[in-house]
Amino acid sequence: MTAEALAKVAVDRPLPVPDAATGPYWEAARAKRLVMPRCGDCGRYHFYPRTVCPQCSSANLKWTEVSGAGTVYSYTVIHRAPSPAFAAAVPYVVAAVKLAEGPHLMSNIVGIAPDDVRIGMPLKVVFQKFSEEITLPMFEPAEKP
Amino acid sequence: MANLKAAIAGIGESRVGRVPDRSALQLQTDAAQAALADAGLKMSDIDGLLTTPVRVEHWNMPCGVVAHHLGVRAKYLSTVDIAGASGCGMIHQAAMAIAAGQCSTVLCVAGQNLLTHSTRASAVKKMAEGGSAQPQFEVPYGPLVPSLYALVAQRHMHEYGTTPEQMAEVAVTLRQHASMNPNAHKREPITVADVLNSKKIASPLHILDCAIVSDGACAAIVTSAERARDLKQKPVHLLGQGYGCRHSHIGDTELTTTGAVDAGVAAFNSAGLKPSDMDFAQIYDCFTITVIVELEDLGFCKKGEGGAFVQGGRIGIGGELPVTTHGGLLSGGHPGLGGGFFHVIEAVRQLRGDAGARQVKDAKVALVHGNGGVISIHCTLILGGAAA
Repeated sequence: MTAEALAKVAVDRPLPVPDAATGPYWEAARAKRLVMPRCGDCGRYHFYPRTVCPQCSSANLKWTEVSGAGTVYSYTVIHRAPSPAFAAAVPYVVAAVKLAEGPHLMSNIVGIAPDDVRIGMPLKVVFQKFSEEITLPMFEPAEKP
Repeated sequence: MANLKAAIAGIGESRVGRVPDRSALQLQTDAAQAALADAGLKMSDIDGLLTTPVRVEHWNMPCGVVAHHLGVRAKYLSTVDIAGASGCGMIHQAAMAIAAGQCSTVLCVAGQNLLTHSTRASAVKKMAEGGSAQPQFEVPYGPLVPSLYALVAQRHMHEYGTTPEQMAEVAVTLRQHASMNPNAHKREPITVADVLNSKKIASPLHILDCAIVSDGACAAIVTSAERARDLKQKPVHLLGQGYGCRHSHIGDTELTTTGAVDAGVAAFNSAGLKPSDMDFAQIYDCFTITVIVELEDLGFCKKGEGGAFVQGGRIGIGGELPVTTHGGLLSGGHPGLGGGFFHVIEAVRQLRGDAGARQVKDAKVALVHGNGGVISIHCTLILGGAAA
């Protein structure tokens, strides 16, 4: 399924509601940039975004643009939709993506047949707009099959 | 860690399965009454109460609602919410309250009408959006609860060569156990082929790899080991306990090793025992892969060997390590947070020698493990038929 097709499946897809800690992430996604919070003291990334570093408790956090390159850490092909919003999208892929910079995040893998996804497969980020406010980072294979 | 010198003096269950004529409070009342009768006590003997939140209705302060409903005048009451680990947590927290002198006899009770209160579809939607998946960074991608465990299963298969057949073996064995439990929800035997041919939910998991949804409640009465000696039943002693939590949500973490490692080490250390001392293990089984990962993390086998460990009848009654002998969440019954509490109740039954057709021979010491979230938060108990 393409990102476009997955985007069309639902009007009532549950979209994120940005807050003070996460607003910059969604703002960047709207501009087609993937950013991660990185600690200005210990230098480590973390995700999901917090107001203090979970590794050293520093509040000196900086939003840092990452490459958008990653690999499939794990994935699942979903055959049973969690809600009517996703019913038209099945089967679709939910994955744990390992970014080149280290952090893991959950996403959809698009631009490839679900059954062709493999652990370790190189990925690159793509951006799919769902509303004026929300654009979701998704991933597709780095090399087109 | 000091031995808390506490014992479980009574256990009880409501009817489990489809019980449309009972509300959550009525199911909990049935379980509480059964536990009191089992212990030979009256409600007026209870001076402490622990329960968990329910999903079917909003209780402002669950322990207050339940205490008032049952007419308990508690000197200590609290709501325990460590998700699926709450059943184990209640026993330990009751023991602490008693050891601290706050109260003497604690009723722990949990359960609800999760099956008949709502449709299965609305239960699935509620669970998918109800906190197991992170609301901003996971829910928008359409995971459902089984898909979160499917990520664990897929990664475990990749790293260690675990197979869908090995996962299916867990479901088949626990169904065998449920078939010997008159109060279990699902009792018809199944085969590995049945599991593999059942409806695909989120690869590699099929519907028979997933916990069922049930109505039901269970209860236990905890008191001091000293007092338990004078009561009607053979006491079952709390020998050790431990907790662990290494992640909250599954999307941002390592997938195949969990906080069960920490909970297990702490529990074995506090009891002065080791995995090979256990006569059986009541392992939380929300999905088949959960049992495999937890057997590894708790030290019953090496990391990566859980798939092979569950094969060949090793986790069945009469096997090397019988696991979840009442049928668990996969077949016995799963009414939400109370689900993991049935694992404790069954351990008590086995250690008293009261488990009937599914009795584990010479059962003296057992491990009970609960987990909540997405194998996020863990509580392990070591229980024994004799005091330490």
